[in-house]
Amino acid sequence: MLLWLSVGIVGFCLLPWYVLEDGLWSFEWLFDGYPFNTDYAPAAFLLTQGEKLWLSPIPLFLLFPLVSQVFKHSTAQRSNVLIMVGVAGIAWMVMQGLGIGLRGWNFEALGQLFGPLEARQFGMGFGALFVFATFLFFLSTGIAGRGAVNGDVFVVGAIGLVIAVVTVFIFFPIVQMLSSAVRDNDGVYSLTIFAEKFFQNKFWGLGCIQGGTRCGVAWNSLFLAVLVGFLTTLLGLVFALVATRSGLKRGNFLRAMTVLPIITPPFVIGLAIILLFGLSGSVTKLVADVLDLQPTRWVYGLPGIVIAQLLSFTPIAFLVMIGVVEGVSPAMEEAAQTLRASRWQTFKTVTLPLIRPGLANAFLLGFIESMADFGNPLVLGGNYDVLSTEIFFAIVGAQNDQGMAAVLAIALLIFTLSAFYVQRRWLGKKSYTTKTGKGDSGMHVTMPKRVLLPCYLVAAVWTLFTATVYGMILYGGFVEMWGLNNTLTFKHYITAFGVGFNEFGIHFKGSAWDSFFTTLKIAATAAPLTAMLGLLTAWLLVRQNFAGKNAFEFGTMLSFAIPGTVIGVSYILAFNVPPLELTGTGAILVISFIFRNMPVGVRAGIASMSQLDKSLDEASLTLGASTWKTFTRIILPLMRPAILAALVFSFVRAMTAISAVIFLVSAEYNMATSYIIGRVENNDYGIAIAYSSVLIVVMLAVVALMQFLVNRNGQGSRFAQSRTNW
Amino acid sequence: MTIQQTRSKAASVEFKHVTKRYGKEITAVDDVSLHVHAGELVTLLGPSGCGKTTTLRMIAGLEMVTSGHITIGDTDVTKLPATDRDVAMVFQSYALFPHMSVMDNVAYGLRINKLKKDDVRVRANRGLELVGLKGYGDRLPSELSGGQQQRVAVARALVLEPQVLLFDEPLSNLDAKLRRQVREDIRDIQTGLGLTVVYVTHDQEEALAVSDRIIVMNNASIAQIGTPRQLYDAPKDEFVADFIGEANLMDGQIESVENEIATVSVDSIRFELPAADHTTGAIRVAIRPGRIQILPENSPNAMAGNVLKVTYAGRHMEYQVATAVGELFVVSDVDSDYVEGQAVGVGFETKGPVLLKV
Ligand SMILES: Nc1ncnc2c1ncn2[C@@H]1O[C@H](COP(=O)(O)OP(=O)(O)O)[C@@H](O)[C@H]1O
Ligand SMILES: [Mg+2]
Repeated sequence: MLLWLSVGIVGFCLLPWYVLEDGLWSFEWLFDGYPFNTDYAPAAFLLTQGEKLWLSPIPLFLLFPLVSQVFKHSTAQRSNVLIMVGVAGIAWMVMQGLGIGLRGWNFEALGQLFGPLEARQFGMGFGALFVFATFLFFLSTGIAGRGAVNGDVFVVGAIGLVIAVVTVFIFFPIVQMLSSAVRDNDGVYSLTIFAEKFFQNKFWGLGCIQGGTRCGVAWNSLFLAVLVGFLTTLLGLVFALVATRSGLKRGNFLRAMTVLPIITPPFVIGLAIILLFGLSGSVTKLVADVLDLQPTRWVYGLPGIVIAQLLSFTPIAFLVMIGVVEGVSPAMEEAAQTLRASRWQTFKTVTLPLIRPGLANAFLLGFIESMADFGNPLVLGGNYDVLSTEIFFAIVGAQNDQGMAAVLAIALLIFTLSAFYVQRRWLGKKSYTTKTGKGDSGMHVTMPKRVLLPCYLVAAVWTLFTATVYGMILYGGFVEMWGLNNTLTFKHYITAFGVGFNEFGIHFKGSAWDSFFTTLKIAATAAPLTAMLGLLTAWLLVRQNFAGKNAFEFGTMLSFAIPGTVIGVSYILAFNVPPLELTGTGAILVISFIFRNMPVGVRAGIASMSQLDKSLDEASLTLGASTWKTFTRIILPLMRPAILAALVFSFVRAMTAISAVIFLVSAEYNMATSYIIGRVENNDYGIAIAYSSVLIVVMLAVVALMQFLVNRNGQGSRFAQSRTNW
Repeated sequence: MTIQQTRSKAASVEFKHVTKRYGKEITAVDDVSLHVHAGELVTLLGPSGCGKTTTLRMIAGLEMVTSGHITIGDTDVTKLPATDRDVAMVFQSYALFPHMSVMDNVAYGLRINKLKKDDVRVRANRGLELVGLKGYGDRLPSELSGGQQQRVAVARALVLEPQVLLFDEPLSNLDAKLRRQVREDIRDIQTGLGLTVVYVTHDQEEALAVSDRIIVMNNASIAQIGTPRQLYDAPKDEFVADFIGEANLMDGQIESVENEIATVSVDSIRFELPAADHTTGAIRVAIRPGRIQILPENSPNAMAGNVLKVTYAGRHMEYQVATAVGELFVVSDVDSDYVEGQAVGVGFETKGPVLLKV
């Protein structure tokens, strides 16, 4: 209690209240006019100088709990005081933060109420962060003191923390985005403007059906997503059947392939497709030569995107389907056979109906992934515009119409959220699991020939294709200029990753090093935070009971359904201006990764924590350990595999992500993926491909290292699986 | 000396009208009041699902009461979480921390409670010695047998010298032979150190063997509290009579009550018993299988019966006898030699029958 009070006081009196120009980790302020320079000053000094007077209630709130000490309040009264103070402090900070911005009042009404304001303020910095944390702690202590969750301050605090960060970094940006969608360019709220933008022909036009002109982007996205969802599900089913029901020992190989989409930046497949089928692609040229045809750009557009997305997302569908197919108890099929059903009848009447929920699940996953995919349409889209790329062009293009981007993002969000909702509803109602906890004996029935043969064929073609694609990527980096000049060269690698020596030692000359190191740094910062937040949330969900737990879970899992592009747009809209000025910093990248990948950490955590006997925690508690100590000494050590998996997964995802990143990078903080996309846009395929292969190899190494650390126990595959359990 | 120290810490436990509900529907414990004296071993006995574990967990602070009060020693701990109560628990699954050595497991509570390093070592070693596992400190729990793991769990709880020590079905994961051994060890340690122990089991034989007193629970409330002997000899109602050892239940009639002595008849048998609160009229009578005598046909003060089934059980004979008040289960001397279909007389031993609440 006193400790936190002092944290608050330090935040208020010693640390700079506002965010610093030079980034969070610069300590220049210490020597440069601190504490009187208003840019660096702590709030207390600002007040003594008569500046930022609206901060003056904060110390009152901070010190108010001491009143309880003076009046010797009972525990209940003290708790009430803490709750009041916590709520008031947080509310005050939020209100002043939102109310007073760069140009004084943010809302006209306030200006009219209080008269014009000369002063202005910047984004909140360390000081504000500390003070906010103190208020949050007051609030949690108060709530715990009233007997919530057995009066456990750590648990209440953890819940408060998760709620606070999810609110600030998921809900707040989304709300900002919604609100900017219903404003016109002068900031006036208007639903008609929104309706006008939202329902414009460019989105919803049906030109293509009536013949001639193109369809709206929304329809394009929807059509693409449905097609990809359907095809990936089909392929996933085929592979799952081959892996489990063919009597072949190929299962492990297929499983290994499921790691591919995780370690591959999404647009890399698109690149490979261009190398194969583009205007100067190998296959295109071959066919043109043999058949004496004019090469065309057929692959740019729907066909290319579909092929690339199939390659990218089929492994995910496979992961879902194999879980379901293996989940069908062999006893069921054997029972059917003893009832004189033929193999084909068994398959049709027992197996297929039992895996229906898996089919739906896989379809929706493919649907969401395709909707959210940004890299492949960007690289291969041609004239086939989809929502995610349109959003990008609305912001970076000549128009720079944030309102338009917001409207498009809302359309995208509506699609994915509906899918998310439907999936939850669907899965919530039915139970098709047939396995009991006990070891089910029996072998899976091998499939009838007429199903098996086509399955083999499809699987073989797909495997061959994937192998070609990856071979292409690795090989392409060494080719002078694909299709035009096929001599082998190290040129691209040298340009990108050249290393020289000068008087200071090693000198990283290559053009890619900057973004490469930034990426590593940011991914390495984001990974532990993601794992921590994810596991903490998982622990709260599995081990603690509190009011509103379902809503809590829904809130934390929601970001699954929010496409990266939407996150990107909403972050720009929300964090470009005070109270949280983050654009252009490394922090905004780290934060976006944390909240994009947190649900995976949560899933992995839930999966592994459900296997820990609850009495381990309880034993520790009855031995006098606090929940905090129990968490750190018992839970965390026992969850090491899950932690490692979450770490690696979030690290790898942070290195390969593109959709949110592309909006958030800055000159100072450029990421590998956005650098590569930049090369692609300049038709500089050589470097792009060389860089991509380096990324893939690095991440393969990371994943292999993890597999090694977690040792073969099958734990390793869990992180891949946890991805699909959403 | 150490024993003296421990004895002084053992504390009583008191429940005052404690109720625990899960959600709105499930009442796991319903208005329970009980008192466990310091230094006493009390078992909570009852069929599965009757609320024993919930009661135990409320003492530990792992569940919070919905209403009512809990006192340990002189302190009201109703609102205190597990961490802050001086209570240790041995779990059904032992709950040994798999990532720590046996020594670290036993020392865990001591370290958490910030004892000096030397103290930790000395006391943890003493704990291991007490349960007969000296020298096993460096092993991992997974390298021990079930019985040894169980004893580590006991040691881990003991070293903290808690005010109250709780056991939740501690023997259920052991094989039959070990069970007897371990339960005697637990009882020895408890009496030796003068600990207050609350012990949950659904096995009446185990309860009778280890307890100072037994609290029989049924349907979320207390059916009867008493010493093993009281419960066995004078069960209050049919449930207790039947749950503690088997009992034959039958209808009877109180013919008269004089000077607190009731004259009771069951079929053609008549006997006298202290009346307690019972008055003249219909009554239920319970009698243990071993307290029924099988006599020759037409013996005095006996009712007519017919042997239905004879089982040779090694140490004794078991008979199923049909009578006018129902089928009776009788255990008698292994040398008795009645045969199926034989007509016999059935009598009660003097201390045999018990009157139950109707
Ligand atoms: N966490 C819980 N949530 C809901 N019901 C519970 C919970 N724990 C126990 N119960 C219910 O409370 C009743 C008593 O349970 P318990 O105390 O475990 O019984 P016992 O240990 O005597 O077998 C049971 O009906 C059980 O289903
Ligand atoms: Mg139980």
